[in-house]
Amino acid sequence: MKKPKTYINMIQLQNINFSYHKGRTIFDDLNLSLEGGHIYGLFGKNGAGKTTLLKIIAGLRFPKHGSSTTLGQPAALRKAEMLKDLYFPQEEVYVPAISIRNYVKCYAPFYENFDNEQFEEYLHLFEITSMDDKLTALSHGQRKKVIISFALATNTKILLMDEPTNGLDIPSKGIFRKIMTMAANEERLILISTHQVRDLHCLIDAVVILDNGHILLNASADNITDKLCFKITDDTGTDEPILYCEENLRGNLLVTENIHHIETKLDIELLFNAVMLNKERINELFNAKN
Amino acid sequence: MNFNDNKAIYLQIAEWVFEQILNGKWKEGDRILSVRELGQQLVVNPNTVLRSYDFLQNLEVIVNRRGVGYFVAPDATDKIINYRRKQFVEEEVPAFFKTMKLVRMNWEELAELYKES
Repeated sequence: MKKPKTYINMIQLQNINFSYHKGRTIFDDLNLSLEGGHIYGLFGKNGAGKTTLLKIIAGLRFPKHGSSTTLGQPAALRKAEMLKDLYFPQEEVYVPAISIRNYVKCYAPFYENFDNEQFEEYLHLFEITSMDDKLTALSHGQRKKVIISFALATNTKILLMDEPTNGLDIPSKGIFRKIMTMAANEERLILISTHQVRDLHCLIDAVVILDNGHILLNASADNITDKLCFKITDDTGTDEPILYCEENLRGNLLVTENIHHIETKLDIELLFNAVMLNKERINELFNAKN
Repeated sequence: MNFNDNKAIYLQIAEWVFEQILNGKWKEGDRILSVRELGQQLVVNPNTVLRSYDFLQNLEVIVNRRGVGYFVAPDATDKIINYRRKQFVEEEVPAFFKTMKLVRMNWEELAELYKES
């Protein structure tokens, strides 16, 4: 099944150079294309530039060189056509001193596909019961739940999320995952930046790894498990090239190249460590032009 | 649903579907949950469920009627048993034999255990 053209390259970054201060380069000739219908996980070490990348996509930071196109528009122009189909709640959510009900009244009209029923359903799942509570009277975690619910209910084509599960309590993380599977569809592009890999368990179907100013990996989960094996084993012998090994009570956690075409389950944490240790080999495996 | 660590999630979902059919929760000819519905129920990415459904369609365990939805195939039980037999013989039996040899167990002992079970 071929996807309509608008789903491809919904986000496109070409030859991006960016730095905040003279001498400290964040991105150096960075390229990235993302398509609709996926939940991408964006990973990188502290200071790798994950938040900056999201801000460039949203048109909130301006690269020195290169082009950043979002939904076919130059992101930096922040045209209404782009903004009405993009939502980007920040990690530290800003909330005005108004009730949830009034917040919706003020902000929902900017998003033509905002669905109030969905919003109330998400709030209900997060166990936020009163629409009359002032946002500023809520705890950090509660505010976050309101903003996440609002973000998903806007039904924008692009949703950028920066550490969405930070500050959520344990049951809320499970509810967050459930709500995300409700909000995902074949057209929407969701890009989640996080260090909490366990919170994205089973949710993401594509991985973007940012390192040292470049995109080190941008691959679907299927593509990754096609090329790499993730396994727990007592056997130390394997004829497959080992990319990463970690000892654990359950045995050895291994990442190997997948030469026997065995399909295993993607482990994001192991993948990240394997990628960091084998940058060149990963590049050969995933970016080789065949 | 608790996924184990070793097997691809789409295969674990397929096995879960096998169970629903074999234990009669999903009957042959019944319409089953849509990709989105099952994704929400199991809390997995809908694309992963779609991959499971493709896999199950290839095994002819489920069929897709365009615009209507997915249904349990009329002979799904036989298809599943055939597939599971093949899997048992090719993957589980060799490991089982290996353990038998390791613990020096012979056929008579095993037959005894089988009778008791």
